[in-house]
Amino acid sequence: MSDTLTIDGKEIPYRPGQTIMDAAMAAGVYIPHLCHNPEFKPHGSCKLCMVNVNGRNVASCTMPAASGMTVLNDTPELNGARRSLLQMLFAEGNHLCPVCERSGNCHLQALAYYLGMTNPHYVQFYPSREVDASHPDVLLDRNRCIMCELCVRASSEVDGKDVFGLSGRGIQTRLVVNAPTGLLGDSALAVSDKAVQVCPTGALLIKRQGYRVPVGRRMFDHKPISVVQTEGGHD
Amino acid sequence: MEPCEFPHIEQQLTPVFKRQGQGADRLLQILLEAQDIFHYIPAGALDCVAAQLGVPRTRVEGVAGFYSFLSLESVGEYRVLFSDNITDHMLGKPELMQYFCNKLWVEPGRVSEDDLVSVDSTSCTGMCDQGPAALVNGWPLTSLDHNRLDLVIELIRARKPVADWPPMLFEVGDNIHRAGVLLGEPFEAGAGIKAALVRGAEATLKEVELSNLRGRGGAGFPTSRKWGACRSSPGTAHYVVCNADEGEPGTFKDRVLLTSHADQVFEGMTVAARVVGAAKGLLYLRGEYRYLLQRLQETLARRRAAGLLGRSILGGAGFDFEIEIHLGAGAYICGEESALIESLEGKRGRPRNRPPFPVAHGYLDQPTVVDNVETFACAARIAEKGGAWFAGIGTPESSGSKILSVSGDCARPGIYEYPFGVTVREVLADCGAEEPFAVQVSGPSGTTLSWREFDRRICFEDLPTAGAFMVFRRGRDMFDAASNFARFFAHESCGFCTPCRVGTQLQRKIMDKIAGGHGTASDLEELKGLGRLMKDMSHCGLGHTAPNPVLDTLEKFPDMYERRLKALAFEPAFDLDGALATARRITGRDDEWAHV
Repeated sequence: MSDTLTIDGKEIPYRPGQTIMDAAMAAGVYIPHLCHNPEFKPHGSCKLCMVNVNGRNVASCTMPAASGMTVLNDTPELNGARRSLLQMLFAEGNHLCPVCERSGNCHLQALAYYLGMTNPHYVQFYPSREVDASHPDVLLDRNRCIMCELCVRASSEVDGKDVFGLSGRGIQTRLVVNAPTGLLGDSALAVSDKAVQVCPTGALLIKRQGYRVPVGRRMFDHKPISVVQTEGGHD
Repeated sequence: MEPCEFPHIEQQLTPVFKRQGQGADRLLQILLEAQDIFHYIPAGALDCVAAQLGVPRTRVEGVAGFYSFLSLESVGEYRVLFSDNITDHMLGKPELMQYFCNKLWVEPGRVSEDDLVSVDSTSCTGMCDQGPAALVNGWPLTSLDHNRLDLVIELIRARKPVADWPPMLFEVGDNIHRAGVLLGEPFEAGAGIKAALVRGAEATLKEVELSNLRGRGGAGFPTSRKWGACRSSPGTAHYVVCNADEGEPGTFKDRVLLTSHADQVFEGMTVAARVVGAAKGLLYLRGEYRYLLQRLQETLARRRAAGLLGRSILGGAGFDFEIEIHLGAGAYICGEESALIESLEGKRGRPRNRPPFPVAHGYLDQPTVVDNVETFACAARIAEKGGAWFAGIGTPESSGSKILSVSGDCARPGIYEYPFGVTVREVLADCGAEEPFAVQVSGPSGTTLSWREFDRRICFEDLPTAGAFMVFRRGRDMFDAASNFARFFAHESCGFCTPCRVGTQLQRKIMDKIAGGHGTASDLEELKGLGRLMKDMSHCGLGHTAPNPVLDTLEKFPDMYERRLKALAFEPAFDLDGALATARRITGRDDEWAHV
């Protein structure tokens, strides 16, 4: 058999070593995702990229592509489940799009639009989470953190600094900072670090940049996330 | 290695580093000792340990914050954790814990103002046959009643070290009521290894295949296939890991195997080592069973002296094998094999992405066999007596015996070993269950059976089980049981994936809402939808099985939910009057105008 699989009936080639997500991205097929970024090691935690392969649900960002796979991706069932996962993320954190600087550039918000999420459905958790404004150039607002660990991976794999990590367990999981005080201002983080650029939400924001790009001219204001992420590489 | 800025903390940790070594894989073991020394992990210790092991501080904080038995804030000189399983509840745990707290003037979950004692709940401690149970600084207290708690309070007030407390408080019985091939027949240490050496590795694997042995952790994967895959996987080293993280509430058979049949377990690991070509074995002992550690070390020493461990075992040239024991620290998820491996490596217990599977890339990325305690005990017998003998016991697809941990409403809770295929009804009769109404087979992640299903059989063809068998008599409220299990999963979710991290919380909240008398018919639909979502989208078995008790009881005991519902189509999730409670307390008012 040749090295191809099908996604929603469309035949797609892959190279050995690629995941389903890699193959889909290369072929311009959009699979919703939040914690995945092709620049870093796949993580598989948000579960938005769940697809059905030969009857079984798997995370497409971590599952190696294999010949003959029949993948279902853009189906009402999967998109419905993905919408529920988004609603869960909105319910567990404190996401206030209208007053968030990341609005319009936020992957979480853009995915919610893409998947037609019109209400939070679940009862809000309203957790009490810490905001860390100690760094001169970067703001860490844990209220918007979705535990995707992109900053953790970027800081470790690219910046070589290990500024971020996760502590706690379950719903108590929280982003922690590598400093004796636990404060971003006492860490080795620099504003130019990759870790600062990769946050898919507004948990990490660069200070004094607020509204430089006005609402209405932001990344996802005119094109849905599915188009942005399949045409111009990864945001 | 950088110098540590906290000399007094470093001074106390130096002997720990000396004892444990300085590999990053020692992190969890080091933090367990640090917790003992300081009664928590102080911020300075995070920095010291990070510097000593050469790992980022975030990694140390990540581990310290993950495991229930480690804490980043003081838990007092004495930390008393009451086992929270439903069987403890049925034996009076809530009232006993309240009594204990009242007498000590502490609130559950808080430390006393003099930093002497804290009291809290913990997931099942594996003493369901002799509950209500608790842990004091990690040591198990069993068969608690008011008298025993009074004594405990006295000892705490007198600040007597736990090591000097009367031994009767810590007595743990085996309670074996029915023994079969594993528990009943005498086993001579070395017999399995001798037979394996004579037969050779290849032929021993064949015997395991012939025996049809399947994993006893509940999933039932054929052991010979696992061993064979590991044996043929290339690597710089191969590892044999024994999963003794018996965390499934209601399960305590591994406790008994490790207490009274440890030789058989270690022997099985050694046979596995011979088959897969491993030189190192690791036993992951759940933190709740820390009291067994010393005895297990002594057994290992005895086996070493007898030539059953170490170099050239029983004269087999090049057959070198050592076993090391790692302690867990209160995390149910570490019973999942890849999370267990992460924990062995000193990390947060987070299930890995699969593939790759542990048989090819496991501990330290090398081929690794992970098997349950009971599986290894079976393997030792199979090596000794042959696969055909074992295959002759049980049913066609479930060979051998199964050890059940029976607890709940019965006259004789304890350990029962049966050939596979035994009916639930027979077990109920043997343990003296009066008017049994429901049975939770294989713990919260297993199956809830109603009285209509008691003719079903314990075997992989019908009711697979990791060993738990919790009995509920007529009159018990199965909604309470499901609620208890929902709380358990919400507490034990590792938090890695969205559906389980949030879904287990939502499930718990809805159950609480129904329990509080605010449930509606739509909440029942919501529970079903959540259950489907967790099953379809979760990362590992915890999320896949977390909805089981709720879905099972909804299907089999719907009246226990429905009678709690408000007879309304809509009921706000938000309790307006309840929200005013704080304001009432502050203003000291409780008149009718202070209520809505």
